[in-house]
Formats: sequence, structure tokens, C-alpha cells
Amino acid sequence: MEEEVMTEKRPIISTGGPQPAAGKRRSLSMPARYAINAVLVLVILILGELMIDGGAINRYQSTVLEQVGIYIILAVSLNIATGYLGQLPLGHAGFMSMGAYGCSIFIIRMSEVLGIGARDFVTGSPMTFLLVLGGLVVGGLCAAVAGIIIGIPALRLKGDYLAIITLAFAEIIRVVMLNIDSVLGFELTGGAAGLTGIPGYTSFLLVFGCVAVVCFLIHTMMKSRHGRAILAIRDNEIAAEATGVNTTYYKTLAFVASAFFAGVAGGLYAGCVGVLQPAVFGFMKSIEILVMVVLGGMGSMLGSALSATVLTILPEALRAFSEYRMIAYAVVLVLVMIFRPQGLLGSYDFSLSRIIERVMNRDFPWSRKSAAPAGADDGKEASHDA
Amino acid sequence: MFITQVLNGLQLGSIYALVALGYTMVYGIILLLNFAHGDIIMVGAYVSWLVMAQLGLNPVLAVILSVAACTLMGVLIDKVAYAPLRNAPRLSILITAIGVSYFLENGAQLVFGADAKVVPAYTDLQTIQVGDLALSFPSVLTVIVTIVATVALTLVVQKTKLGKAMRAVSEDMGAARLMGINVNSTISFTFAVGSALAGIGAVLYAMAYTQASPTMGMMLGTKAFVAAVLGGIGSIPGAVVGGLLVGFAEVIVTALGLSVWKDAVVFLLLIIVLVVRPTGIFGRTMNEKV
Amino acid sequence: MPSDKKKRRPVLVQMETPNLIPERDLGSIPVLQAEHLGIDFGGLTAVDDFNIAMGRTEISGLIGPNGAGKTTIFNLLTSVYKPTRGTVLVDGYDTASKSVAEVNRMGVARTFQNIRLFSQMSVLENVLVGYGNAMRTNLITDMLRLPGHWRQEAEYREKALELLDIFDMRKYADTQAGNLPYGAQRRLEILRALATGPKVLLLDEPAAGMNPAETEELMENILKIRDEFQIAILLIEHDMSLVMGVCEVVGVLDYGKIIAKGTPEQIQNDPRVIEAYLGKQEVK
Repeated sequence: MEEEVMTEKRPIISTGGPQPAAGKRRSLSMPARYAINAVLVLVILILGELMIDGGAINRYQSTVLEQVGIYIILAVSLNIATGYLGQLPLGHAGFMSMGAYGCSIFIIRMSEVLGIGARDFVTGSPMTFLLVLGGLVVGGLCAAVAGIIIGIPALRLKGDYLAIITLAFAEIIRVVMLNIDSVLGFELTGGAAGLTGIPGYTSFLLVFGCVAVVCFLIHTMMKSRHGRAILAIRDNEIAAEATGVNTTYYKTLAFVASAFFAGVAGGLYAGCVGVLQPAVFGFMKSIEILVMVVLGGMGSMLGSALSATVLTILPEALRAFSEYRMIAYAVVLVLVMIFRPQGLLGSYDFSLSRIIERVMNRDFPWSRKSAAPAGADDGKEASHDA
Repeated sequence: MFITQVLNGLQLGSIYALVALGYTMVYGIILLLNFAHGDIIMVGAYVSWLVMAQLGLNPVLAVILSVAACTLMGVLIDKVAYAPLRNAPRLSILITAIGVSYFLENGAQLVFGADAKVVPAYTDLQTIQVGDLALSFPSVLTVIVTIVATVALTLVVQKTKLGKAMRAVSEDMGAARLMGINVNSTISFTFAVGSALAGIGAVLYAMAYTQASPTMGMMLGTKAFVAAVLGGIGSIPGAVVGGLLVGFAEVIVTALGLSVWKDAVVFLLLIIVLVVRPTGIFGRTMNEKV
Repeated sequence: MPSDKKKRRPVLVQMETPNLIPERDLGSIPVLQAEHLGIDFGGLTAVDDFNIAMGRTEISGLIGPNGAGKTTIFNLLTSVYKPTRGTVLVDGYDTASKSVAEVNRMGVARTFQNIRLFSQMSVLENVLVGYGNAMRTNLITDMLRLPGHWRQEAEYREKALELLDIFDMRKYADTQAGNLPYGAQRRLEILRALATGPKVLLLDEPAAGMNPAETEELMENILKIRDEFQIAILLIEHDMSLVMGVCEVVGVLDYGKIIAKGTPEQIQNDPRVIEAYLGKQEVK
């Protein structure tokens, strides 16, 4: 996404050998990098909002856009656990539903207490804005608590066992949401009929504001000692432990962060669709999100965001062929995996400031002598031996 | 009453066990959670429906064709979708399996429609009399077929040359290849056997619940998968024990009048077992050498 | 034996700090001590009655035939395996209830026989993971990019680059670790271990796969590390020239038991050792 700044002054192309010009390269200062990205985010937000206000984007299209943003958050949050930590959770929809129910129940109850009507959320006021923010945080926290509860037993397991235990946990959440009212006499989730009366607090601005914040926070977490510890566990858990990384803590951290942001996305989702039914948060939803991450390229935030966008818009665009679209989707999925198993973008990440730096240094792909393979620019896929 | 419940548990557990065996065998040999396995059952059920309800042919033929279709389907899926990915990251193969599962479900929906089809009874005999007890014939048949199938499978794996090849490939694919074992045909054979068992499971399922629908494989597959993991994935006795455990857990919860919670109980059972024994009941513990 | 003895002598002479002499050094608490250490794997005794007491700046070697239990001892010393018998003390503190990471923080760092780098991370990041516990910023500071984050990142980045300079690896700083040449991967593993600020460094076959020139260089580097960081080094090695060249004390392990212990000269002339191990080597 917009926030993919590399915090390090990584050379544009790693030749593997000495980097004579590395110190003399013109590079952007950190504040400049952040400013560029902040401006970009603002421009996109304002542009989008203007187009919605001006009617260039209609009601239906803006709802689809909101969905896109929500799925971006879901995909980049799952990417923490999958791409960065290297685990395979199959229960992301469970965290999403914890967030959706937590957030919407909080907002419904609080607006009753505060005497805010559903209409006020559409017109908007500082009060409703704060309430919605509070709701999203509550949703995130609910999901994070669920993340801790399942993370502690699950993270002791390896590989596929972790996958199945998270799947099981998400299914349990779904069954509980379905039956907690009718069986235990609560009045929380509305059971199978669904939770209704959720005010439509989700808007384009809110969703993409959240997308920007979430991407920023994930990026800054990963580009710090905490993120490095998580990546170290992915690359070699035994070596990470021997290097002093508290693997239990960092695995749980990655897992809980992943759950928290999924919960935020769930909160946004609730405000977008207006009705919550437990069946929506089944196993297939988790798979849908996982597919976005894998298709985009594991460990690439941009990849997750792009494939979330495409995979959300494409089915909408293909509505006319609704009978065939899921089959087409399935075929595309298999074909992509067969012909590009590392995902569309591999682990490449986009950085606007890197491109600007490249222009500043007049370092263009076509002016380069050494023919670097495409996508090797981040020095991650380049194979070089000195 | 009690006997009936025990029989119900055995019947359901047997179906889960047969499906779980397919998961376990495929996982054992190529470490793939074959998500499409549940959907193979759906194919089998539809074939039975086609043969009996649409073409009006003999039930025996329906059984044979169902099992044959499942076997063929399993091998075909492996050849088309999984074989090109033998050396790819495991997650890619997993996503491919999910893609295949989507394809089968949506394909079935396109061809047969979204609503469930009623599969006619394979046999007119509904109860058999044992002393004073009237036992459900499909239940008894299910249990017997499962026992026979499991014993046959164990013999195949333990005694035959192909079974030995399977075990060798699952132990170390590279070494097996060096020993002159044809790895690809061994994997195909594994898929064939696992899918044939799924075919039998499909017939037994259709016998018990008399319907076929595009998404029937999903929950059945997930539960059978849970059963396989519960028992220790990769282990044949594990799959059977896991299947029976899941079946009995469901029957007991339903008998207690808590049927809405039965899925939750099954999954909770799984979590508890995995927390106590991280590789399942019969699972081998694998320690990475430092 | 070859000319390594000549190499070793000058280094020992140039040791000015009194505590560099192992015998004197042992007067204080040993930095790493194992007593009657043993482990059984399902009835099979892999290591039995292993004892060691290392001085602050001692370089010791552990040799023995394949499967003698050398790496198992490393795994016991670093808490990867829990010992069946005996204790391990790091700087006088028992490691019995400590995790691998905690033992590392107590001051034991190691490398691996089969290289275990964070292969998808850059060389610099590999070293920075080692500095992870020394860095003190909390998650919030890092995630919100507060000033403390920048200060600390810059500080440790510089430290890491300086550390890379020891093995002349600054030029690789941004290379993905998995793409390094073999020898550089081994050196990076040592640097990553050093970044954790150890008191004892355990090297598991550091010269494996190296040619004689590289081994020669490694020997110098091992001595350099000891002198610069003032730490103790315990190494497992099959390359006799390295063991005899840098180690002050050598222990010989066979079937999980120490069969001989002493200076390189004593070991070389010990008939039991020659029988168990060196004999095979000298046929060559």
C-alpha cells in the first residue's frame, strides 16, 4: 500500500559485491519519505471523497470500494501471521466476526445510552466519530483476546496442526455466535436471524483512513526489532531462539496483532453491511482471505492489498456471468498456483520513495548495465554471489 | 434405545473414518491437506443419484459407478492440479486444493442446481431383526463395510508391493525414487485408494441421509479431516479411531438434546486433544534435529 | 603436525591482560561450567558424566568421531535439550529452568553445524536480530516511530556495521543472507552470535567445508574475537589443524564420554585418543 517505505537506506540494487556508491547515493530523509506517503494517502482520500460527493462514484460502487478496503485490511492482517510469521492460520474469519460483533454491539448499546440515533451516524458528528473509533478499537480488542486464547495453545503446535486448530476455533466462535442467544438466553448476537439495527457508520473515508493507519502500523512494526524477531522466527525458529528471540512472545504478538486488525476490519464490515449473520464468517471466508494473501505473494503487503482489490472487484464486475464466475475463480486460482507458486508479486514490496530516489539518482532500469531480473530491485529475489 | 444410539455412533463414525482415511493417506504421502477430498464424496453421491433416480438402473451398478467415479476423480485431480506442483511450496499446493474444491462445488451447482437431490434407497431392507432388537440395516451395513475396508486397506499397505512403495515414499520421497520406486504412480495409487474409500463413504452417506447437494462435502469433509487430525494424521488406525470419536461425540451431544452445539463440541474435542497430544492420538512426534 | 604451533605461540605471547591465562582465570567463577552432565534418549545414553569449567577467555575444543555426542553437548549447554543428569552453570547461575532464549541472554551464544541463518533477511538484519535484546524501545515507540525509535535504530545499525567490519563483511550488509557465499554464511553466523553479547561462544564445526586458506583465516579470527571481546570460546571441530592451532584445552569425546582431556600436545600423544580417533586421521 501507500506506506511501503523502506526504513533503511537500502541500495536500489544489490549487486552483492562492494557498493562503492552506496554512501554517496542521494536518498530521501525519513521525514521526507513519510511526508510523501502521507500526502499520497491524503490525495487518494480526498479524490475518492470528492468523486463520491460529486456522484462520479455511485452508491453501489462506493459500497464495493468500502468492501475493497475492508478486504485489504483483512488480507494485510492475515499476512502478518502467514507471510511474516510463516504460520498458516485458517480461522481469520473467526477474528473478523469477533470484531464485527464486538464493535457493532458496543456501538448499538452505547448509542442507546448516549441517545444517538442511527441517522446521526450518517450525518456524522464528533460524538459519533469518537463512538465509531471506540467501537473499532473494542472490536479489535475482542478479536485480540480471542487471538490470545487460541494463540497460546495453537502456537505450541507446528504447521498443519496450527492450521486445523485455528480452523476449529473459528468454527467454535461461529457456533457460539449462532446459539449464544437462543440457548444461553443472552440478547447479544441475534442468533441465526442475525444482528440487525447496526447503524451505517462505515464510509469510504473511514475505511481507507483505517487502511492507511493499519498499513502504517504493520509496516512500522515489521521494520523494527519486533518485526525482525518475527521474521527471524519464520526463517529459522531454532536459530532465532538461540539468538535470544523469545519465540513464544513474538509468535503470540504476531498472532494477536493479526487478530486485532482483523477485528477492526470486522467492525468496519458490520457498519458496511448492516446485518451480521454467523454463517457469513464460516470457513470459506477464512479461505477467501487466505487466497488473497497467497495469490498476492506471501510477505508482500502490496501484493495482499492488490489481490484483495482484484478479488473483491472481479466477482462484482462478473455479476452478469454469476453462474460461471466462481468456476472461473477456481480455475484462475489453480492456474496461478501452477504457473506462479510464489504468488503474483513474490515478496516484492512497492515503495514510492524508492522510485523517487531512483529518479533522483537517474537510475532507471533501462540505463542499468547489469541486467537485473525484474522484481529483484528490493534485493530480496536477486541471486547474487560475490 | 441405548443400542440404537451406539449403532448410530458407529454408523456416523464409520463414515467419518472412511473419509478420514483418504485425508490421512494423501497427507501421509505428499503432506497435503487435500481440501477437495470432501467434494469427491459429493461427486460420488451425485453419481448414485444419476444412476438410480435419473437412469433408473440397478443400485449395485450405482455403487460400482459411484466408487469408480470417485477413484477416477481422485487420480485425475492429482494428475491435473497437484502433480505439476510437486516441488512447489506446500502452501501453493494447499491453495490449489482449495481451488479444486471450489471448482467441484461450483461445477456441481452449475450442472445439478443448488438444491439437494434425493438419492433413492439402495435397498428395500430397512431393518434387520437380531433377537428382540430391530436394527437399522444401513447402519449395520455401514459398520461392516467399514471394518472390511479398513482391514483390506491395512493389508494392502502392510503386505503388498504397492503398499510398501507407499510407505517408502511417505518416509522419504527422494530415497524412494533412488531405490527405483516409481513415485508418481505410487502417489496416483494412493489417491486412487483414498478416493475409492471416499466413494464407499459417499454411498454409505447417501444411504444414511438420502441426499446429494453441491456443498454436502464441505462439512462432512471438514469433520472427517478433524477426525484424521484427532487420530494423528498419517496414521490408519488413527483415522479410524478419530472417525469413531467424532461420530460418537456428535451422537452423544445430539442425544443430550444439545444438537446445535455438536459442531462446537467436535472442534473443542480436537483442540483439547491437540493441546494434550500435539500430533494427535496415534501421531508420531517429529523432532527437528538441531 | 603442520606449522600451526608457530602461529599459536605469538598470539599467546601477545596476551597482555593477566586474565587471559586460563590457569589464572579459573580462580574466579568459571564462565561456563557443567557437572556430571548426561542425557539419555529412550534408554540410550548419548552423553554421560560430562564436566567442563571454562575460564573467562579460554578457548577449548571438543573433538571426537561422528556420533560421539559433541553437538548433543552443545544442545545441553544451550538448553535445547534438558539434561537427564547433572547441571549447567553460566556465570554461576543454573540454567535448569531456562529456555534457549534465556540461556542466550545469560551469556551463551552458538553457531550451528548445518548453517541456520535467517536466509530471507539481509545480512545487516541478521546481526540486528542478535542485538534485539539489547535494544530497549517498546512496541508503541517503534510502531508510532517516536524519536526513541530513530535514535536506537541508527545506533544499533552503526554497531552492526562495525561488527560486520570484523570479518570485512560490511560490503554484504544489504545482501540477502541466503545468497551469501558459503564461507561468508559461516562468518555471519558467528557475528550474529556475537551480537547477542555473549560471555561464551559455542562454535559447532566452524571450519566445515572450508579450504585450508579459509581455515587459516578462521583461526586468526577466532583468536581475534577472543582478544577483542574477551570471551570464552568452545568449539567442536574435525579439522585438527584448527583445534591444535587455537585451543588451549582439548577434550576428546567417544561414545558420549570424555576419554581424554588436556593440552593439544598431550592429546596428540595420548594413545587412547589415537586409538579412538586420531589414529584414523593419521593413516591419511
